[in-house]
Amino acid sequence: MSANLATVIEALVKRFDGQTTEGCATGETTLIVPVEKIAEAARVIHDEFGFNLLSSLTAVDYWPEENPRFHLVYRFTSIPNAQSLDVRAPVSGLQPFAPTIETVYHNANWNEREVYDLFGIKFEGHSDLRRILMPHDWEGHPLRKDYPLGYEEPQFTFNFDEIDVRKPYAKNRRAE
Amino acid sequence: MAQIEEVTLDGMTHLVSNRALEGETMLLNMGPQHPSTHGVLRLLLELDGETVLNAIPDIGFLHTGIEKNMEAKTYQKAEVMTDRMDYMNTVGNNLAYCLAVEKLVGLDVPVRAQALRVVLAELKRISSHLVWLGTSALDLAAMSDFMYTFREREMILGILEMVSGQRMMTTYIRPGGVWRDVPVEFEAAVRDLLKIMPRRIDEYESLLTKNPLFIDRTAGIGKISAEDAVNWGLTGATLRGSGVNYDIRKFAPYSGYEQYDFEVPLRTEGDVRARYLVRIAEMRQSVRIVQQAMDKMPMGPVRSNNRKFVPPPRSEIGTSMEALIHHFKLWTEGFNAPRGFVYSAVESPRGEQGVYLESDGGPKPFRVHFRNPSFDNLQVLPVMAKGFLVADLVAIIGSVDIVLGDIDR
Repeated sequence: MSANLATVIEALVKRFDGQTTEGCATGETTLIVPVEKIAEAARVIHDEFGFNLLSSLTAVDYWPEENPRFHLVYRFTSIPNAQSLDVRAPVSGLQPFAPTIETVYHNANWNEREVYDLFGIKFEGHSDLRRILMPHDWEGHPLRKDYPLGYEEPQFTFNFDEIDVRKPYAKNRRAE
Repeated sequence: MAQIEEVTLDGMTHLVSNRALEGETMLLNMGPQHPSTHGVLRLLLELDGETVLNAIPDIGFLHTGIEKNMEAKTYQKAEVMTDRMDYMNTVGNNLAYCLAVEKLVGLDVPVRAQALRVVLAELKRISSHLVWLGTSALDLAAMSDFMYTFREREMILGILEMVSGQRMMTTYIRPGGVWRDVPVEFEAAVRDLLKIMPRRIDEYESLLTKNPLFIDRTAGIGKISAEDAVNWGLTGATLRGSGVNYDIRKFAPYSGYEQYDFEVPLRTEGDVRARYLVRIAEMRQSVRIVQQAMDKMPMGPVRSNNRKFVPPPRSEIGTSMEALIHHFKLWTEGFNAPRGFVYSAVESPRGEQGVYLESDGGPKPFRVHFRNPSFDNLQVLPVMAKGFLVADLVAIIGSVDIVLGDIDR
């Protein structure tokens, strides 16, 4: 980590009441800011510190923890200064809301839609918060940890009939 | 007979203008089954005559939940899914994922494996650009380039088949190195390709670059300024066509890219033609990189000796009890990665291919996120297409070089 990036993080910690954490044993320092300040922080990161590209925006679910349940993970890149800044914002599972940074970084629009679609975190002030990858009438948010991977129950001899009743095809066959 | 559902705006009314709702302008559905949307992309176009006022992309038709599926597989087995995202850049996806895993667990990669990774990634970049060149020229009714580019692409796929047994979904790059050393015929095949490639690129160019019809269809079309391009998160050749020098290979070199001498082609116009010229120049640079990598290809092992993460070679399993235990453990339980998270990125043919990987200390990734370049690149389409004709829209989509598997994953 360059000395320059360290001063940026230090300044942001002071200003936004943040903390820092290490990504992994060899990792870079990550800044943690309270989620209600993320929009303001993004503006400062963009305007004052020159991080002009939003490289990545995603979320992580720590279910069954409830508060905070999610972390929003941002990565800002400064092309002129050749450095990248990782920012995380914890979001409560009881009220999964976060302010949008779409006005600062335009490509946050789709990235926030994706996070909304797959994690159910709502972005306040977003211009077009619809599902993006899943069908528009889908229920649930697939990347949440309490959302199961789809599977078919294996039918063995002892429970064949029991499961057969529940299978959608089985019902259709009987109706005929 | 099933009722055919009427196409509705599905809550998209806030995206189109009042003129469209009053019926003054026309709303037209383009895709998802349309040859020039390069996959299953649906566009809702708002048209005034032939002029595009707005183009609203609707994606997700190829969504297969790869990120969710990877959470249920061990680190080695999850890698197979990365091939299936951006199917034009399978080697690059493997590389991005493996770099992230290696960063997370702290694995070393032997120099020969690094050089092989560079050679294959650059060959795949050339092959991806060949497909782009062929299909985007085809969109503009330049039929012949397609035939020529696919001829050379076959040679590259042949080389990939030679090293991995697969033409497209190679999974040749593995955490800690590559699957196995390349066969003896590899060098001759790559040298053959390198010998003909510069002349073949001239050949493609002779059909298009100075062709007045092609210039008419591309120059000044789909313009985007450098500032807008960065703010919209564009990366890759689409960004460099607007004059912003951002290439991960130079910005944060990986796999030893810093030892190769190559340039990052830049154009400042920011139109379809600029992006075309950048990609053509990139192919020439890739040829240069492969040439250098082949010339100083080091000898030695092709995968790390760290048996806690990398399976032992087949020959050892028959004689060493320890090797057998490691082999069994790695292919059943997998390895435990230390708790933490990393982000690592490579330069794919389309831009910054990033991987965010988080581990909770177990043998399966806790969360994998792919920052796919096409996803951010497509988003800017309404800005680029505004005010141009429907026919130009096809040229613009082609010039952004989207891969729908990359977007929807």
